[in-house]
This record gives sequence, structure tokens and C-alpha cells, in this order.
Amino acid sequence: MSTQAHAAEHHKESFVSKYIFSHDHKMIAKQFLITGMVMATIGMAMSLLFRLQLAWPGESFSVLNFFLGDKWAPDGVLDPNMYLALGTIHGTIMVFFLLTAGLSGTFANLLIPLQIGARDMASGFMNMLSYWGFFISSVIMVISLFVESGPASAGWTVYPPLSALPQAMPGSGLGMTLWLVSMVFFIASQLIGGLNYIVTVINLRTKGMKMTRLPLTIWAILVTAILGLLSFPVLFSAALLLLFDRSFGTAFYLSDIYIAGEALTQTGGSPILYQHLFWFLGHPEVYIILLPALGLTSEVISTNARKPIFGYRAMVGSILAIGFLSFIVWGHHMFVTGMDPFIGAVFTFTTLLIAIPSAVKAFNYITTLWKGNIRFTPAMMFSIGMVSTFISGGLTGIILADSALDINLHDTYFVVAHFHIVMGLSAVLAMFAGVYHWFPKMYGRMMNMKLGYAHFWLTFISGYGVFFPMHFFGLAGVPRRYYTNSEFPMFDVFIDLNILVTVFAIIGGFAQLLFFFNFFYSMVRGPKASQNPWKSNTLEWTTPVEHIHGNWPGKLPEVHRWAYDYSKPGKEDDFVPQTVPLEEGEKDGEH
Amino acid sequence: MNFLIILLSVLGLIALIQLVRVFEITGKLRGNNQDDIDFQENKLRAKLWLLFGIAYFGFFIWLAWEYGDDLLPVAASEHGAVIDNVLNFNWVILIIAFVLTHVLLFYFASKYYWKPNHKADFITHSTKLELIWTTFPAIVLAVIVIYGLSAWNDITDDAPEDSINIELYSKQFAWVARYAGEDNKLGEANYNFIGGSNQLGLITPETIQERKSSLEDEVINIEANLANAPEGGAKEEELQENLDKKKRQLAKIKTYERQNEVDPFVNADDDKIVNMEFHIPVDQPVNFQFRSQDVIHSAYMPHFRAQMNCVPGAKTRFHFTPTITTEEMREKTGNDEFNYLLYCNKICGAAHYNMQMTIVVESQEDYEKWLSEQSTFTSVETAQSREEEKEVSEEEVLAEKN
Repeated sequence: MSTQAHAAEHHKESFVSKYIFSHDHKMIAKQFLITGMVMATIGMAMSLLFRLQLAWPGESFSVLNFFLGDKWAPDGVLDPNMYLALGTIHGTIMVFFLLTAGLSGTFANLLIPLQIGARDMASGFMNMLSYWGFFISSVIMVISLFVESGPASAGWTVYPPLSALPQAMPGSGLGMTLWLVSMVFFIASQLIGGLNYIVTVINLRTKGMKMTRLPLTIWAILVTAILGLLSFPVLFSAALLLLFDRSFGTAFYLSDIYIAGEALTQTGGSPILYQHLFWFLGHPEVYIILLPALGLTSEVISTNARKPIFGYRAMVGSILAIGFLSFIVWGHHMFVTGMDPFIGAVFTFTTLLIAIPSAVKAFNYITTLWKGNIRFTPAMMFSIGMVSTFISGGLTGIILADSALDINLHDTYFVVAHFHIVMGLSAVLAMFAGVYHWFPKMYGRMMNMKLGYAHFWLTFISGYGVFFPMHFFGLAGVPRRYYTNSEFPMFDVFIDLNILVTVFAIIGGFAQLLFFFNFFYSMVRGPKASQNPWKSNTLEWTTPVEHIHGNWPGKLPEVHRWAYDYSKPGKEDDFVPQTVPLEEGEKDGEH
Repeated sequence: MNFLIILLSVLGLIALIQLVRVFEITGKLRGNNQDDIDFQENKLRAKLWLLFGIAYFGFFIWLAWEYGDDLLPVAASEHGAVIDNVLNFNWVILIIAFVLTHVLLFYFASKYYWKPNHKADFITHSTKLELIWTTFPAIVLAVIVIYGLSAWNDITDDAPEDSINIELYSKQFAWVARYAGEDNKLGEANYNFIGGSNQLGLITPETIQERKSSLEDEVINIEANLANAPEGGAKEEELQENLDKKKRQLAKIKTYERQNEVDPFVNADDDKIVNMEFHIPVDQPVNFQFRSQDVIHSAYMPHFRAQMNCVPGAKTRFHFTPTITTEEMREKTGNDEFNYLLYCNKICGAAHYNMQMTIVVESQEDYEKWLSEQSTFTSVETAQSREEEKEVSEEEVLAEKN
């Protein structure tokens, strides 16, 4: 059956095939988004719980007892093991479930077929599998929160031997096993999804959609998928070997350990091996999160500045350069593991190289605003905020990449500040920008703008309020993952600042209720969207507001120009959709 | 109480819904098309970016003003001063970049707001500009890399030969320090020797014998239990497993025993083990060796700008020269209770947050006095009697040969 005929055919779809086991990329995108939102709520709530302990150490909170029960918060005081568990699961959920699957899953699925002019993904079935793999992994991760010995607690990087030995901490028992099983499903889901994204972008572009005409969102998603495909298998093997060490007495990561009054028989393994394998994924992972965020931001900024994205080719080049470099920098997470100093020097060099394409991207965003005609939609507000966090957080990366400086800042709050701003805040802000911008495409309705602005300012300000002061903790030598700083009189000066951070966290956390309300209210009651509410050039806005299977009624659109003909001289409107043929003598793209 | 919270949430939700409807209706009354935007409101949003920019810089300055003095005091080691210089150099560059980019970002955002019947400039790229902002950061980064790596190379270079050798040993959740003693050689250690009073698993002729006999006792014990255990049961399996384990351990101890006959393990004799607090002399290079008993820990000594992971199954190293004594630092910081600290900086379990040890930096004389008060691992008498035995046996060998 040709795709043409497939589209024309009117399916009688049951509830199950339409909403649950759907093959339709738009529905799968929504499934990813909602699952991601549910997981994010859990991850966010956890951070609020442990922030209470950090601001008011050892004090009793009935809310802690309410959520964690008598075992983990006796008399409302958080247990140190549960503190570590909350941090671990918060990190895992935010990095993998929200910002990898939630972000890429939503926007790769929604935008790839719509922006390249395809009826659907190359394989709708694989796409469905990808979602359900993610769903199963989410369920297992949530189940792991309820096991008797507590969820995984060794930090989101789960370094062995701590994560390998149940004797080392209660969280390294069944909770850790479930964590690993969940990750196995997660990785499978990522690989299936990623493969599908790559094949679709390469093969299913509509007539005229040359690679040089691809919107930057698609470029970013494509490179992201390639990164995932090449690096996630390495995490898979790392997790598998850890599972072996835990369950079958192997010694890949274990050697010469005396614990709980007993000398273990395993010798010859190296815990550092795990770190190499983990960060071989772990560093590209940072860009798996960041690149789609940058892609979405590019699109939103250009559309709302009513101006072509500045330096399209340089932007594509930067994405490719960042993608390539991200594979040869992982060692900068391991400067103080005792690695050979020469190798440390090489990793310092390669890491600092990444700053160049990143700087180019930042400058290009700023220059896109220059002499623009900016419409400050909520999506635009979030995007400008994202440029700010990307710069603020990126700059401190230059310090941490410097091996000599990392000696003293490694694993302090400086690192927490750095990655939460550059990766966490940036990606979350971009994801919100994406949701506000493409909500009309997803649900055919508009979100409420006023609530959107309120949500933006509360999120953005409290985001900086939480993470900016952490630079100062780090520079004072406060380590991360400490249950309390009260054992160190030298950190008493930060008691007030820690409370301020927690207050901002609570404000920021509850501000998300505005978003949730806006999201679900607008889904059913929002005003009906017009076909192209943002006057955008890309193909998704040429589809009908009501979703149809196959995206376009009749023939697929033909593309005649790049995606960034905003405010082109000699045109009546300040935008020219990609489907409008070039006039005689008119040049396409960057000319 | 719970009922009240639920009631409040429901009321809040209803209020929010009504509010949104009011927004929508007023929007319609004003004749707003959803595709259009309100010029005044949009302009206000542009100006808010300027306001935010001022607030953001203000927050930064306030934090620096308020907490700038609470950061780590001046580096108390030779290389630490170099690290601080590199850091300060980076800060100058980064703060310039931070302010410059943010000023432009907020300025452009506030200036180029949407105006009706106006078009943005169609600027797609500028090769010249892009070349400038690719090469300029590249040059600046080259300087940062060169400066940073020359410091890194010096710091990680081999320790000076006259360094004092000290081992920092980590375990859940405490630190132990070991001094190399008279010979300035740290004795060998193996985790199979840990037990009883030998908390670091040091190897000496005595610990080999002690460990051997205690393991042999255990083997005999288990074998006796095994004979009494019901056949084919879980109990038997467990005992058998335990027995195999002990036998393997015993075999390992015996390899050390044979090695000891050829080349006796005597380096650990004069090693000195201290808990809770360790001393180092000022202006004297110290070469640290790090080991871990159970999981990865990280030995963090921020006042000296020093950190190294302690990895089970491996020995890691870091060396530095302290330059300021504890007393001097107390004067400098104006804090009579100031102490240099070693603490754990790699998540290691429930009490990770309280795994610390005090470091005292003092004059050479004070240090030597303190060290002489610490007892050696093998008592002097034991070592002497072992020496005498050895002489006797050597005489016997000589006598036989003759």
C-alpha cells in the first residue's frame, strides 16, 4: 500500500488503537510529553523534599512523614539514606526520563514528520515500541521507589562499588537492581526511537526538502539521535556488567574490598572502568539533552524575532561540531580519579574546544534578536531565558573543564550550579518554549498567554534563585550530596543562603502548577487555534488544525525555500512559508 | 487540617479557572484576534527584560558582596596559590564575557520589540562577524588551556625525593593516616590482612603468622560444623562456600609467607598509624598515597586546593607543600577555632556527610615532637626480638655451611 493511499484511507480507529497503542507520531509525541510530565512531577517533588532537609537540617516536617512514612522520615526527620535516594532518583528522572525521553521523545516525534513533510515516521510500529519501552521503564523506576530497602541511592551515576554491594548502603539492594532493569528498558526504547528518527530524516524528506533547507530543530534532533545511537549501547554494557557484579559474583568493577567485616573474594576489577563506560554515554548524554533544546530555541527565536536565524550554516556546523566533540571529552568527569595526568591534559584540551561552537551558537542567538521585530510570546520569553542560562551555565563549564581548577571544585556545589543551569534550566526552559509554541499544533487550541507569562517569570527567576547561589557554596568547598552541612562549623555562614535557595525552589516548584493547569485547561477549553498562529514558515503549520492520519490531506507539500525567510524584502508579509515557490530571480537561503 | 488543604486547593483551582475566563472574555471584548498582539503589552514585556537584567546583575553583586569573604581563605599550599591565580585569571575573562553577552541579550530584547507595519532587517549571516567570534574565543581559550595545563603539569609532576610519605586510608566512614616512619617507606598492605588490630591490613612477619593461624582456626571450626551439618541442606552449602572462601584466603596468606622468607616484610614495622587528626610540617613537601577499604571515597583538602579519589583495589597519589601553619591561618582568618580539614567528597553511604579528619600544619620541630610521641605499628621489642632470631638463624646457616 502506498503512503498516498494509506493517507486517503479513513481508519475506523478504536479507543485503544487511537490513544494507547497508537502508531501515529503525533499521538506518540503527546504520550511522551504526558509521561514525561508525570515523571517530572515526581522528580521535582523529590527535590523539594530534600531541599527542606538542606535548609532546615534535622527539623521535623509532617510533609516528609506524609510522603516517606515512619521508616524513612521518623517523626518527620529525613533519614540520611533516604536523602541520598531522593537525590539519586531526582537526578535519574530529570536527566533520563524528562530531558532525554520527555524532551526528545515529544519533539522528535511531533516535529520530524511535520517539518520534513512526511506522512509519519519510517516505522510507526517501532515508534510505538519505543514509547512503550519508555513507559515500562518509567513504571519499573516508580515501583523501585516502594521497595522495602529503598530506591537506588548511590547518586544518579551509580558508581560501583557503592552501587554494587548491598552491604554498602540499603539502596544498593533490590532498589538498585530495579534501577538497572529500568535503564535496560530505557536504553532499548532510546535505541529503537533514535534509529527511527535517523531513518525518517534521511529518507522521508518531501520533495525539495534538501538537507540545507532543514529547520534547525530537525538538524539538532538528527544529531541527537546519532549521539544516542552511538553512546547508549555503551551505557547498556556498563549496566549489564554491573548487574553481573551484583548478582553473579563477577569482578568487572570490584577488587580488594573489605566490607561489613568480611573480605570479598573478587579481585582484579576496576571501579574506574565503570566510570569510563558510564561517562562515554554520560557526556554525549549532556548534549542529547541540550541539542534538541538548542534546536527548539532556534526555531522559536527566529519565528518570533521575525528575522532569519543568524548564520544558519554556522549553526548547523556548530551542532555537528558539538556532536562530534561530545564523544572525546568524557574524561573531564574523572580528573581526580588518579588517571594519568597526560590523559587529563588531553581531555582538558578537547573539552575547552567545545566552548568554541557553543560560543558561536550563543552569539548567533543574540545577533538574531538584533534589529528584529520581536513578538514576546510565552515561548519567546522562555527561549530568551534559555539563551541566558545557556551562557551563564556554559561559562562556568570553562572553569570546570580546566583540570587544574577541577582539583578543588570537583564534586562541590559549583558543579551542581554549573550543570543545573547549563543543562537542567536551559533544557527545561526550551522544553517549555516548545510546549507553548507547538501546543496549538498538538491540541488545536491555544494556551492562555497571561498564565504563560506568570509561569515563565516565576520559573525563570526561581531557577536562577536556586542555582546561582550554589556557585558560592562550591567556591567555599561545600561538597554536593551532603545530608547536612551542620557537622562543619565553617559552612554555618551559608545557613541563610541555603534557606533562600529552598524558598526559591518551593516557589519554582509550585509555579509549575500554573503550567499544569494551563496545559490541561487549554487542552479542553482553550480558544481554537488558527492554522498558523505564530505566522511561521515551517511545514507543520500547513497541516490542518484537526489532526488527520497522514498529516496532509491530498498531496504532500513541496518545499521551495529554507525555513527562515522572515521579513524578506519585497514580500508583502513578514514571513514566507517554505511551500511558496521562489520568484524569478529570487535566491534561496543565506544570500 | 487535610480537609482544609483540599478545600483550599479546590477553591484555588476554581478561582484560577474563573480568572482565565475573565482574561479570555476581556480579550474578546477588546476585539483581540489571537493572532495579533497588543503593541503596548509587547513593549512592556520587552522592557521587563531590561529590568530583569538589572535584577540579575544586582543579585550577582549582592551575593559577591555578602558572601565573597566566606569563600575559601588564601591557599595554604604552594601549588594552591598557582591554582588560585589561574582561577582568578579565568574569572576576569568569564565575567567580561558574561556581562558583555548578557548586556547585549537584554538590550536587544528590550529595544527591538515588535512594531506594527515594520519589518525586521533581513540579515542572514555575516562571514566577517562569524569569523571574528569564532577566532576570538579560540584565541582566548588557547591562552586558558596553556595557562591551565602548565599549572596542571607542575601539580601532577613526580613528588620531590625529600617528600614525607603519608598514606590516607578511607573507609565507611572514617579516615586513617599512616606515616612511613624512619625508613620513609610505607609498608605493604593487603585487604586479606584486615582484622583485629590490623585495621589497614599491613603485612609484617607477625601479621602473616597471626592471620595464618586465625584463618587455620576458622577452617578447622567450619570443617567441624560441616561434619555436623545435615547433608544436602542449605546450611551445608553455606558452610561449604564459606570454607572455600577461607581456604582461598589462606592460600593467599601463604604466598605472602613464602615471599617473606626470601624478602621479609619489614617496611611496615616503623609505620605510624593515627586517627582523628594528622600533622604535617610547614614548607616540607608531602607525598600522599590514597587507599580505600570498601567503596570510592575522595580525599578533599580544600584549604590546600587538593583532592584525590580513594579507589578500592588501587593506589592513587597527590603531593603538595603546605605553606601556612594552622596558627598562622588562625591569625589570617581571625578565627581562633580554624582548622584545616580533610573530608570525603565522593558519595560513600549514609554518613558521607560526616567523614572528616583534622589536619595540623606546624613547624618542623613541633611536627617531629608530635610524631615521636606516636607509636610504631610493630612494637620496638617485637622487632628487636625478631632481629635477634634472624641473626641466630643466620649464624646457624653459616655454621651448617662451614
